[in-house]
Amino acid sequence: MRNDVHFGREVKGILLGCKRYWGIIAAGLVCAMLSAALTVIGPHLIARITGYIEQGLVAGEIDLGGVTRVAFVLIAVYALGGLATYFQQFAMSTAANYLGREMRGELMKKINRLPLCYFDRHNFGDTLSRITNDVDSVAQSLNVSIGNIVNAAAMLVGCLVMMFFTQWVMAFTAIGTTLLGSLLSVILMKCSQRYFNRRQESLAHVNAHVEEYYAGQSVVRLYNAEESARELFDGGNENLRKNTLKAEFMGGLMMPIMTLTGNLGYVAVCIVGAALAFGGAVGFDAIVAFMLYIRLFTSPLGQLANGFSGMQSAVAANRRVREFMEEEELSDESHKKEKLQSVKGDVTFSHVRFGYEEGKTVIGDFSAEIKAGQKVAIVGPTGAGKTTLVGLLMRFYEPNSGRIEVDGVPISSMKREDVHDLFGMVLQDTWLFEGTVRENLTYGKQVSDEKLIEILSLCGLGHFVKTLPQGLDTVLDDNVSISAGQKQLFTIARAMAEDAPMLILDEATSSVDTRTELKIRRAMDELTVGRTSFVIAHRLSTVQGSDVILFLKDGDVKETGTHEELLRKGGLYAELYKSQFARA
Amino acid sequence: MFSLMKRLNAKEWLWALVGIAFIIGQIFLDLKMPDYMQEVTLIAQGQGELAKIWINGGYMLACAFGSMVCSVVTSFFFVRIGADFSARLRRQLYEKVQSFSLAEINAFSTASLITRSTNDVQQVQGLITTGLQMAIKAPVTAVWAIFKIAGKQWQWALSVAIAVVFMLLSIAVVIGMVSPKFVRMQKMTDALNASARENLSGLRVIRAYNAEEYQEKKFERANHDLTKANLFAGRMLSLMSPVMSLAMNGLTLAIYWIGAVLLNSATPENTMTLFSDMVVYLSYGMQIVSAFMMLAVIFMTAPRALVSAKRINEVLHTKESISDGAGAECSETGTVEFRNVSFRYPGAEEDVLTDISFRAESGKTVAIVGATGSGKSSLIRLIPRLYDVTGGEVLVDGVNVREHKKRELMKRIAYVPQRTELFSGDVAFNVDFGDNGAGETGIQEALSVSQSSEFVEKCGGIHGRVAQNGSNFSGGQKQRLAIARAAARSAEIYLFDDAFSALDFRTDAAVRAAIKQKTEGSTRIIVAQRISTVRDADEILVLEDGTIVGRGTHDELLRSCPTYAEIVKSQEGEERSA
Repeated sequence: MRNDVHFGREVKGILLGCKRYWGIIAAGLVCAMLSAALTVIGPHLIARITGYIEQGLVAGEIDLGGVTRVAFVLIAVYALGGLATYFQQFAMSTAANYLGREMRGELMKKINRLPLCYFDRHNFGDTLSRITNDVDSVAQSLNVSIGNIVNAAAMLVGCLVMMFFTQWVMAFTAIGTTLLGSLLSVILMKCSQRYFNRRQESLAHVNAHVEEYYAGQSVVRLYNAEESARELFDGGNENLRKNTLKAEFMGGLMMPIMTLTGNLGYVAVCIVGAALAFGGAVGFDAIVAFMLYIRLFTSPLGQLANGFSGMQSAVAANRRVREFMEEEELSDESHKKEKLQSVKGDVTFSHVRFGYEEGKTVIGDFSAEIKAGQKVAIVGPTGAGKTTLVGLLMRFYEPNSGRIEVDGVPISSMKREDVHDLFGMVLQDTWLFEGTVRENLTYGKQVSDEKLIEILSLCGLGHFVKTLPQGLDTVLDDNVSISAGQKQLFTIARAMAEDAPMLILDEATSSVDTRTELKIRRAMDELTVGRTSFVIAHRLSTVQGSDVILFLKDGDVKETGTHEELLRKGGLYAELYKSQFARA
Repeated sequence: MFSLMKRLNAKEWLWALVGIAFIIGQIFLDLKMPDYMQEVTLIAQGQGELAKIWINGGYMLACAFGSMVCSVVTSFFFVRIGADFSARLRRQLYEKVQSFSLAEINAFSTASLITRSTNDVQQVQGLITTGLQMAIKAPVTAVWAIFKIAGKQWQWALSVAIAVVFMLLSIAVVIGMVSPKFVRMQKMTDALNASARENLSGLRVIRAYNAEEYQEKKFERANHDLTKANLFAGRMLSLMSPVMSLAMNGLTLAIYWIGAVLLNSATPENTMTLFSDMVVYLSYGMQIVSAFMMLAVIFMTAPRALVSAKRINEVLHTKESISDGAGAECSETGTVEFRNVSFRYPGAEEDVLTDISFRAESGKTVAIVGATGSGKSSLIRLIPRLYDVTGGEVLVDGVNVREHKKRELMKRIAYVPQRTELFSGDVAFNVDFGDNGAGETGIQEALSVSQSSEFVEKCGGIHGRVAQNGSNFSGGQKQRLAIARAAARSAEIYLFDDAFSALDFRTDAAVRAAIKQKTEGSTRIIVAQRISTVRDADEILVLEDGTIVGRGTHDELLRSCPTYAEIVKSQEGEERSA
């Protein structure tokens, strides 16, 4: 029962969501009803022609003039009916496509308004599937289901009226047989649903296995594990075969039963009609009319069933879209006015605490003062909170307590975009997008070609870009092969092109070999001249020349100082350093 | 498709024949019904007695039920063929892919092989279960029904023909207009997905550079293109159902209209037959029209399945490039030797490895260092024949790897790949993988060698769950489990392909120390980036652009090999470059 309430509310939600297209949807629905009405008039008119013929058989001459008149009316009815059907589908498909487009656009914008922690909790595939599959599903149901439901309902009612209008005994006969057939198919559908679900499950199971074992095929080969892998596969495959057999067979019963329903109706109407006609109670025209009605009458039942199951999947899809749209967004900051005019680059952390989840502290009471122009290295074991720290600095995340200031101004009082503008950032993941070299470096900001080329050659990419077919305007896609090292260099060039007052380099050399790293390090050194910069690195070789090294462990600064100072101290840093260069 | 259907076995052909017999039975009954209706019509017009109506009605009911039984039986057989055949096909694909070397896998791409083994098989199954039935039923019905009404008034026949032609033409036009767009629409959908995926994967960069608007505009372009194409297709396809009903309705009208004219000029003794002919003609006409409609549907849906069939065949007909050796007596144990080996990836223009020669003795550690792309991983992959050499030879235990039986060769080798692959199941399954035969104590020991005991204990011990792709473990943990998998194997030769990269230095050192102890008498070949990982090896090979540019111990190389010295310098940071 609660489900039904839910269903209704969700459908209402979908309808409210397409408010802007109500006009066109309404026009579509009017056409749907019109087409239904015109369709049910058809048999009546055919019966009129039969009537003329029958009378003619008795009278010896058929009123051909009358036949022609009715025929022309029929042509008009069919033509108008066809037009109405076309416009119904045209309107619904238009509304559905526009709705789909709007929803996709909204979802996309939503992605950029959600806090990053949302994406820490949800995988990309899930979000992507909301943008594509779920939106499609909602749009499809609007396109097909709503129109069909209205059309079928109108047709059902129209048929009933026309049948009773024509002959009530035959009308009951028709309804009785059709209901019997429908009842059968409903029961069948309920039964087969379970098998279809099971088949879906076993299919998913086999797919998952195939995915996993194809990806790890070498390992399977190397460990002579073919036999056991095949056994696992065979188990799943046999299961899938059995469930497919059951599901498809149950599903395959549907058609015969529907056909039987149609045939039963046809036979019943013919016999009852003929018996009545034999007694002279009805004319033969009524039989002809019913032979046609019975076909019209069975189809909307199926249509309604399809329509509602379509709505059901749309409702499920819409719920997922809605959930995403209702996720809490980043707070509105249009009222925040603080903005640094000229940035010196003093950065202060005071008593910053943070955890991704409540009760799980990643950064506990972090304080540090960084002077303008200093190079700060953040080192420490995995999971110490290094990346989290710069995430807080960039306001990707908000601290639970404490504050971070730049030149004495709390960054929480600035707009996020303005905070982002303070820092050039080179991230752990070397991300390039499909776009030209220029776009990848500037994001549409104005930077002169000379400047870009200068930056690229500083990063050791000058030659590479020159060899590209269109230079700066070459689109970086699968056709251009870029090594991991070059990608990393690109991201450094990007930070250079931004020319921000401060810098954050997060494991900027992790994915390249050490000789490429030398190149990168040279480029980075170029970048950090005169700027406050934060460097996170696994390799201690990268951070030795820093002004301050912060050794982080378990979210706290355990040691601070220069490389020499820390070595002399002989603490955690010294130990880590030794382990990197000691003989194992 | 036809070459796929050759894979149907005798039993399935038999089922198909039985199925076809029942289809024909069904068509017979379906077409028999109007004949009785004709009788009923005549009686209703006062030419007979009431009881006959009931009798004929009974026949009609019998036909209706008989037809249902026939089609249920038919569906039973075809469903069976489809399910059995697709299960077998999937298994054949699976076995085939298992026998592939990396050369074949990369030629297809793993993703494509997955789709071919799953979705494509589903497509083919769909075609067999429903498509085949329809493909047989539709033409037989059409021909039979035409045969039945042949010899009756040609005017009616003409109207049926017109309805069929009109319908087929309209379908052809609509499909002709829309189908070229389908390919483009698929590309647009891909572009839209790519755009959204890009935004998601670059989230931090986009935020850091305030590039949200830029990305949104890009998405909006893709969105607009897709919507436009969808709208066109949607509006064209909207024509289909009105066209179908126009054909059906028009035919109904035509038959009665023509009937009226014919009856008017008929001789009195003919009128009754003509009248009943008219009533049943409609039934036959509809059967013919819907048979052709079915055919049209098959023509629309079959191409997809045919493409799938082709894709499946491509896999099944690919010959494995690496065949099993005959097996040979080994003169040595635990040795690996490269003799003037060169190697080139299939389809590549240049060799990745040229003239590589070295020998790893039993009990020794050989390390291979070099820049990314210098060919280190390619080299180590030649030993277990993930690829075959293109020149020279690789010997294991003194015998060319091509002569070894694959199974025997693998038994000698424990390999840790660059990219960690774990399988869903539990830790024990992953560590005691394949023919490792470690047993519980072996597993525990391997876990402790790879410094995994602690985190495995935290995740529920050796029977703790491993999710698909090991996604419930961190990169470093996965790598350690992969090392444990190798450590649990008692092999002569241990191969580590950059297998310590995700470990921090301390863990790296501890793991290597433990491995050395555990694999005392075995040969170890280690590919690595970090000098700290390789410096204590018995021999270090320095690779540059696919050739060995230096070999010796750490200290020797420091003196003799500039490339090595440079790598060392870049890592030790003794001199910071300004």
